[in-house]
Amino acid sequence: MASIFQGVGAATSLSSSTSIDTKKFHFCSRRSRSERKASFVVVRSGGAKVENRIGGRAEQLVTNAVAAKADTPTAATVSKPGHELLLFEALREGLEEEMERDARVCVMGEDVGHYGGSYKVTRGLAEKYGDLRVLDTPIAENSFTGMGIGAAMMGLRPIIEGMNMGFLLLAFNQISNNCGMLHYTSGGQFKIPVVIRGPGGVGRQLGAEHSQRLESYFQSIPGIQMVACSTPYNAKGLMKAAIRSDNPVILFEHVLLYNLKERIPDEEYVLNLEEAEMVRPGEHVTILTYSRMRYHVMQAAKTLVNKGYDPEVIDIRSLKPFDLYTIGNSIKKTHRVLIVEECMRTGGIGASLTAAITENFHDYLDAPIVCLSSQDVPTPYAGTLEEWTVVQPPQIVAAVEQLCR
Amino acid sequence: MGFARVIHPHTLPLLADTRANPIATPSLFLGSTRTLRHTLTHTRSISSAQRRSVVAAKVSDVKLKPTTNLLVTKEEGLEVYEDMILGRVFEDMCAQMYYRGKMFGFVHLYNGQEAVSSGFIKLLKKEDSVVSTYRDHVHALSKGVPARAVMSELFGKTTGCCRGQGGSMHMFSAEHNVLGGFAFIGEGIPVATGAAFTSKYKREVLKEADCDHVTLAFFGDGTANNGQFFECLNMAALWKLPIIFVVENNLWAIGMSHLRATSDPEIWKKGPAFGMPGVHVDGMDVLKVREVAKEAIGRARRGEGPTLVECETYRFRGHSLADPDELRDPDEKARYAARDPITQFKKYLIENKLASEAELKAIEKKIDEVVEDSVEFADESPAPSRSQLLENVFADPRGFGIGPDGRYRCEDPKFTEGTAQV
Repeated sequence: MASIFQGVGAATSLSSSTSIDTKKFHFCSRRSRSERKASFVVVRSGGAKVENRIGGRAEQLVTNAVAAKADTPTAATVSKPGHELLLFEALREGLEEEMERDARVCVMGEDVGHYGGSYKVTRGLAEKYGDLRVLDTPIAENSFTGMGIGAAMMGLRPIIEGMNMGFLLLAFNQISNNCGMLHYTSGGQFKIPVVIRGPGGVGRQLGAEHSQRLESYFQSIPGIQMVACSTPYNAKGLMKAAIRSDNPVILFEHVLLYNLKERIPDEEYVLNLEEAEMVRPGEHVTILTYSRMRYHVMQAAKTLVNKGYDPEVIDIRSLKPFDLYTIGNSIKKTHRVLIVEECMRTGGIGASLTAAITENFHDYLDAPIVCLSSQDVPTPYAGTLEEWTVVQPPQIVAAVEQLCR
Repeated sequence: MGFARVIHPHTLPLLADTRANPIATPSLFLGSTRTLRHTLTHTRSISSAQRRSVVAAKVSDVKLKPTTNLLVTKEEGLEVYEDMILGRVFEDMCAQMYYRGKMFGFVHLYNGQEAVSSGFIKLLKKEDSVVSTYRDHVHALSKGVPARAVMSELFGKTTGCCRGQGGSMHMFSAEHNVLGGFAFIGEGIPVATGAAFTSKYKREVLKEADCDHVTLAFFGDGTANNGQFFECLNMAALWKLPIIFVVENNLWAIGMSHLRATSDPEIWKKGPAFGMPGVHVDGMDVLKVREVAKEAIGRARRGEGPTLVECETYRFRGHSLADPDELRDPDEKARYAARDPITQFKKYLIENKLASEAELKAIEKKIDEVVEDSVEFADESPAPSRSQLLENVFADPRGFGIGPDGRYRCEDPKFTEGTAQV
């Protein structure tokens, strides 16, 4: 079924887009803390735990919102040097920490055990935790997803891996009916704390069926949350948050981002599932993006900065629900919105986001919202054609210039 | 080794290759009409002729074991009888209430199939799980969900077992381990497999050594043609999960006859193809069902893996209350009505002096009162208020996200009123 794509060549094209204007760098998230009930424990270097800080976002040292090349000096705001790793290793680290912490956390999916995962996210875990905790399933997505849901109802916390997100189309019945709705139809009696994760998105000539973006199909399902990771830092944080959440969470990873390298903190940290991430503050235009398109946007941002523009880039991260606070604040500042996504044009995340922004922030807009999405085309195999189906940096530059005229 | 035709199960020859036989003692499945055991071998050296050794036993009559005369004690008999009467009276009351406009939508009644529910579920512990389909009222009742809770749920009241949010096709009870209630056929089977997986996980990973909880998955003949069924048979046998797949073959999937839909209508034979015993039993006879259930549940508890049990049964009413039931042959209906499980069992109890007419009448009267009381209770219960609308969508309501004002949507006071825009 799957073509195992390690994404080796991909990282090189992305790393060039990651430099940021360090003068503009500052801590993210300045949200009023008293109102948030998020509770994550930050373990300081001395081992002393900082108890459940309400809205402790600022305590999490956001060393670098964009994955930087190894030799780029990061803003010297970390207390410890941190450690460098690739995105798939960050996912594994988060997963392993949670499995260590709670014996009910288990993994199930095709080739997650002995093979270590088709993208190596679960490498070594089966040897450490055994074949039952890291379960190699037969090729039966609908049934093993349903099995994970049944196990979650009875107290376990499974992480269900779709070898490629596209395969989860076979599990749609279980994801929609049971995962999303069961907590409600049971009157709150059973909770489904599953994490459904896997690689999706357009890769390097993987063909139409392996290049699907399922976030648009799942977004209407009531009762689920969807997040998309894009850097090793947020990959680990979101993985941990998703596992700890009592809601069913779908974690979208991208095939081409697995080899991104970043230095992440040594301390334990958990990110907030519902928050967006400020990648680059700016004044002229708000660019909303997620997953791989973040890197295309940052590449375009370099060009734009050279041309004198000052784009504000936000990685929305939470695809369902949207973080309307971060997004709203940005729109109130810049009055122009560009959405850049890899989803299809019709009924995609961008379409929903456009509707949500229009509904909530219409008065603040100086121009219509522009949404750049992939073409409504099955992703072709040929490299040239494939390139034209997704949004490329020159298109982003052109759109911003048009918007800011 | 070919097919062996024997009368007495205990003289079945064991397989010549003992290392291939994971089941040390042959299970007897007393009460079954037919049984196919399958013992799977993994070693390649065994020739294909030996590799799948299927032993077929045809037991045409129930031969009572010489050590006991009767299959149930008086206490057990009365418990089972009461349960069957509860199922019947409750379902009849549902029909009445539906036509009086107290409940709506799709309501699927269980009349005629009580032997399966009572035969199996009365052998379970509270910690064992039951997963059903949309024809789930009686499964929930047998498992111990109070009649009041089920009736209120059907009326859509907030005192229902699912707070009125599930309805007829979604009976859940965390207390009694009823895991649903599913509207689409087949989608409950993977959930049941997951519950069985949890039982094994608790024993082997969490080291709860005495965890021997079993799961029963009930579904119909139509479901036995669905992919989820086969996928779960495979996984359950592969990991030796403590689950019993109970097929309630009532011959009809709405208007589709089982024979018109299935290439090989003998569903019990599909078990051995996946590595588990397949058993066929007369689902109109609660004692036969109970005997088979005992063996199957015992197997699961001992860690010997899953069993597929096909119960030949019949629903006296239509598929649902909306079904005019014109397609089925009146003769067929009459034949099965003559085998009414409750009448049969009542006769058994009286003939074997386990109970008197008076005692059984008293039980029937008691159940009448229970069901009437449940209707009264449901009538008087309040309908859900608006504030209930947005609860229970998420276990963690932060899942509704952060609103434009920076606060979580669930902190908005309109959220608890049910009027917030989410």
